[in-house]
Amino acid sequence: MNLAITVNGARHQVDARPETPLLYVLRDDLGLNGPKYGCGLGQCGACTVQLDGKAIFSCVTPVGAVGDRPVRTVEGLGTSDRMSPLQQAFLDEQAAQCGYCIAGMIMRAQALLDADPHPTEQKIRAHMQTNLCRCGTHMRILRAIRRVAGIASDGAAA
Amino acid sequence: MNATRRQLLAGGGLLVAFSMAGHGLAQLAGGGEGGAAPPPLRPDLPGSLKNHPVLDSWVHVPPEGRITVYSGKAELGQGIRTALLQVAAEELDVPPAAIDLVTADTARTPDEGLTAGSHSMQDGGTAILNACANVRMLLTRAAARRWGVEPERLATNGKAQVVAPDGRSLDYGALAAELSLHVEAIPNAPRRDPRHYRTLGRDLPRVDIPAKLTGGAAYVQDLRLPGMLHARVVRGPSYGTRLATPQIERARRMPGVVAVIQNGQFLAVVAEREWLAIQAMRVAQDSDYIRDKPPLPVDDGPHRLEKLPAREISVLNTHDGAREVWKTVRGSFSRPWYSHGSIGPSCAVALAEGGGLTLWSHSQGVFDMHRAVAELVGLPPEKVRCIHTPSAGCYGQNGADDVTAEAGLIAMALPGRPIRLQWMREQEFGWEPCGCGMVTRVEAAIGPDKRIAHWNYEVWSNSHNNRPVGAGGYAVAQEIRPGFPAPEPKPIPMPEGDGDRNANPLYVFPNMNVRYHFVPKMPLRVSALRSLGAHLNIFTIESVLDELALAGGVDPLAFRLAHMQDARARAVMIEATTRFGWKTRPRGDGRRGCGMAFARYKNIGAYCAIAMEIEVERETGAIIVHRVQAAVDAGQPASPDGIRNQVEGGILQSLSWATREAVTYDATRRTSFDWGSYPILRFEEVPGSIAVHVMDRPGDPFLGAGETAQGPTSAALANAIADATGARLRDMPLTPAVVKAAIGV
Amino acid sequence: MVTLRRVTQSRLRWVMALLLLGLAGALIALALSWRPAIAPITPPARSSFAPALVARGAMLAKLGDCAVCHTRDGGAPLAGGRALATPFGTLYSDNLTPDPETGIGTWSASAFRRAMKDGVSRTGAHLYPALPYEHFTHVRDADLDAIYAFLMTRRPVHAAAPANRLIFPLGFRPLLAGWKLLFLHRGETPIDPGRSAAWNRGAYIVEGLGHCGGCHTPRNLAGGEIRSQAYAGGIAEGWRAPALNAANPAARKWTQDALVTYLRTGISPDHSAAAGPMGPVVESLSQVPESEVRAIAAYIGAKMGGGTAPAQARLPDHAGAAARRFPEGAVLFAGACAGCHGPGAPMMGQDRPSLALATTVRDGSATSAAQAVLQGIEPPVAGRGPKMPGFADALTNEQIAAVLGYLRARYTDQPDWKKLPATVAKARKEGAQP
Ligand code: FES
Ligand code: FES
Repeated sequence: MNLAITVNGARHQVDARPETPLLYVLRDDLGLNGPKYGCGLGQCGACTVQLDGKAIFSCVTPVGAVGDRPVRTVEGLGTSDRMSPLQQAFLDEQAAQCGYCIAGMIMRAQALLDADPHPTEQKIRAHMQTNLCRCGTHMRILRAIRRVAGIASDGAAA
Repeated sequence: MNATRRQLLAGGGLLVAFSMAGHGLAQLAGGGEGGAAPPPLRPDLPGSLKNHPVLDSWVHVPPEGRITVYSGKAELGQGIRTALLQVAAEELDVPPAAIDLVTADTARTPDEGLTAGSHSMQDGGTAILNACANVRMLLTRAAARRWGVEPERLATNGKAQVVAPDGRSLDYGALAAELSLHVEAIPNAPRRDPRHYRTLGRDLPRVDIPAKLTGGAAYVQDLRLPGMLHARVVRGPSYGTRLATPQIERARRMPGVVAVIQNGQFLAVVAEREWLAIQAMRVAQDSDYIRDKPPLPVDDGPHRLEKLPAREISVLNTHDGAREVWKTVRGSFSRPWYSHGSIGPSCAVALAEGGGLTLWSHSQGVFDMHRAVAELVGLPPEKVRCIHTPSAGCYGQNGADDVTAEAGLIAMALPGRPIRLQWMREQEFGWEPCGCGMVTRVEAAIGPDKRIAHWNYEVWSNSHNNRPVGAGGYAVAQEIRPGFPAPEPKPIPMPEGDGDRNANPLYVFPNMNVRYHFVPKMPLRVSALRSLGAHLNIFTIESVLDELALAGGVDPLAFRLAHMQDARARAVMIEATTRFGWKTRPRGDGRRGCGMAFARYKNIGAYCAIAMEIEVERETGAIIVHRVQAAVDAGQPASPDGIRNQVEGGILQSLSWATREAVTYDATRRTSFDWGSYPILRFEEVPGSIAVHVMDRPGDPFLGAGETAQGPTSAALANAIADATGARLRDMPLTPAVVKAAIGV
Repeated sequence: MVTLRRVTQSRLRWVMALLLLGLAGALIALALSWRPAIAPITPPARSSFAPALVARGAMLAKLGDCAVCHTRDGGAPLAGGRALATPFGTLYSDNLTPDPETGIGTWSASAFRRAMKDGVSRTGAHLYPALPYEHFTHVRDADLDAIYAFLMTRRPVHAAAPANRLIFPLGFRPLLAGWKLLFLHRGETPIDPGRSAAWNRGAYIVEGLGHCGGCHTPRNLAGGEIRSQAYAGGIAEGWRAPALNAANPAARKWTQDALVTYLRTGISPDHSAAAGPMGPVVESLSQVPESEVRAIAAYIGAKMGGGTAPAQARLPDHAGAAARRFPEGAVLFAGACAGCHGPGAPMMGQDRPSLALATTVRDGSATSAAQAVLQGIEPPVAGRGPKMPGFADALTNEQIAAVLGYLRARYTDQPDWKKLPATVAKARKEGAQP
């Protein structure tokens, strides 16, 4: 079946059944690498993309549900030559180990920063709570988000 | 050392030899988990040069264009690619950007065994360092010949040029044209002076990160070969089960399904599209399942190990004369089985073509793999090429090896079509080898001098080293017909050890008796998980040290220093605690508390000391980690920030292990199958801050740092909890319920 | 836990009623409403409370779920300040730690008892019935004293609750006296000698500290529990609390064992997972002695008609018919839900309950099913257990309605839910953060 979706500003016709999770359409039909398969259960955030500005799990979002709502992946933020401010902050903080979680982290954080450019430390942590990182890159991810949010130091957990 | 690792594993005599060696300071290069490289040809050479002494297996300098460096070590997300580039760039004295680094490809790179055990810098980094120093020496000599001057008067300038005192210069390319690198290295080629390092020891941004931030192709998951098919395996919920009535025909009839592979009990579906493969897998998997192995022991948790038959290994037994005993501390410690919990489930691509098989795998052991998979699929090893391709962090032997072997089997059935096989999340949880559950028991005493008088220590563990070196090591090998029997589990000999890794204290204690009860029978399928047995052994030793210090009324730092002679160990302890403000730390008040711990990983790797301040919420038992200070001595740091990144990650992973993780199971299967049933640390639970100080050790040998934080972090946490609440917790995970039960209301 | 830290909106329907009642009976109420202040005390030393008493108080406080409402997100336990959103403004829970200025440090035991039983603070002010004193009034003094001992031995936290923001004239507390006249029924829970000790203990907990009826009993316009319809199902924080009487919609009878498992772990293989406001209840009950949960199960089980073994009824699965009637729902289910709930999916290999067993799907109201889809489920006990993502940002109200229609048709033999999009829209609104 032919479906039209808008990804990173471009309209695409994809030949996919409407129940196909958006993740597989983005990866296999559009050839994007940013969204990752981590669990397929909506529990880890590796597949996080933005749908209509909100961070969603693309692994449990059927492509048929997307409709006219715009999809944004990490490829839509910037390229390795011209990174977006948040990508640049991740680079400056060297906020990756294996990096498998990172595209999802960036997309979830971007959704927060789009809605609230200067969130508190507590709000950042609560917002990022859904996304898992097994390498333990959390402190650097937080630093990168803080950089863009304009918060200077490590916040206390308490 | 002329014995190969497997010879070491096979022989029990060597174990005894090491146990006779005494106080845990025995030094032995190679061996153990990280040393499955071919036998050494030139034992006089440093690192993996021993096994591959010829320079052109490491470095290629073409007349024109970029330099290529070859390494048998693989990028696992630990940043080794960047660190090795820095090493090569420094000793060749070229910009890092001038080098292409080829890693872990059985057709192209030297066989350096596994990328594991924090050996990559020690073995691989050292090899490249010396190989590149050799190459620079040869290039300099070639220039000297051309110019007719003494080589000693020439220098390199960091731009791939040899320069003469009068300012003349020659490009490496031009010199290389008249030079053969097909020569053996010498052991002591002149090295660059650490005072003039241009690249090594600098925080070079990691070269693999930009692609990971922008959606570049970075992982085996991103490999898309022409004509590639997608496969999924069809299985019961966990290792030891099989489906009773898999719906093979229903799956086969689904449009888009190319094949259903069936070999004995091994089942896989192959489809044109990934989503179809997943749907076909679910259809085929719609069945009850049967347990075809003995039931899992649900009672006792890891303490079950103490009841199983064990092979007794004496790690240390020292007699320094009876000492007066003043106070005695006893305790048993444990940790449960852990999941590696990679964020990306294991994935591989395989292509059978022209009588050969190519595997793209994120295994830590591609060299073992090309032999073991060859045996599995019935090809000669030289017909199987295995190319390491990065994936999500694995932290040991997760499903990477199994998934590649399975992809190979499927590809052999469908020659000509590349097969991409990815395990599902629940298959990774259910089928990967777990990190071993373990138990320790200690009885130790101090004398009136507040020094340790004796130290009795026992550890129970399965083998942490079931990495496949033959076909039988793969789970699928027992599913197919004819199958291959699973190999006998074997311990890794000291000084690396597996269950007894770090069971020999680096501290100087008199009258030590350290025994390893190696339990071959495994309730759960297990293999290597980051730091192997060091995690629980360090947790135990460092917990008991605090208990003894408390009993003697001595400050925990002073007590440790009183028993430590190794100057570098003392230095990291002092560095971490000074930066932490140990002297003026808040004292335990029922809620807040501080703890510290130290270890030198394997007693031959990096040194790491950790201090942390925590708070226990008495009403809930929740632990809040306010701040962590670490100091690490990894020898000459290639990239200090790379080490900081690894150690920060190790701290968080260890906190996650210590506070919440445990693989759960019932009699028939593992019941940890998703992130709800296997929770790990999340953003709201990570510490307020973590600071890692990397000691500067210019020119010193590399000491692997990737696993050094695992033991000390969990121990520092337990010590901080004890300081805060007075409760000594010995059985991980230290969940709120456990904390609360220990501290009351 | 985010979703669980929200207040019941419907419980606060009394606010609406106050307008009528309060104005009509203003004078009488005023006359009746006056309560004296109880003299402040110097905070007693921790050591003045016997450890055993404190420990029992801690357990009883769990049964009463005190910390659930009296802890704000990221705040110290029991230090209050949690926002309780209502259509008429916002209430903030009080600080229960013994801080003399902002907590209950200067409260005597009798002041505490009066607050719990009569809804009157130490200063004499009437408390809003968000504090369920309609139930706490049944708790024996000895138990209240134990809870008091527990609270007074907590670490004092200086944290003033923000001022309530209620629309005029609801900030005028004397109006509450009129409400109490109608709905506060004092007295102990009667003992039924014909019943087991466990049942009687269960009755005491459920009717008193446990205040189960607070959510599971419908309320009248004035916000009082309708006693004649006790446990017929109510509303909590935008979720529907199912009936705990014979009208309970479970597909398989609740046995006492199943109830105990559910109440202590948040999931029963023959039923479903605890979600929404039930999560914190399970979290609390996971920490009290099993005998207390057995008692609750005995009492509630008897109300539901009980049973000894689950009837092995064949569970409905009308996949084909449902897909024909709700084609969009079928597609969305296949992509969004089947990865966990479908045949051959991982949850099924772990004997997790089928959706045909889910109370939310079988209930007469789609409200809780809508909330579960919107907000997802977090494991209630130690962060370990059933976990489901929320779909609020991924799916529109219409799409969620389509999924719900399909679920209902596929997994039950019950009539379709009516006005689903409106139900989802309402659930989304009520489930939003205060
Ligand atoms: S892959 Fe989508 S949440 Fe894990
Ligand atoms: S960087 Fe590896 S999972 Fe986050």
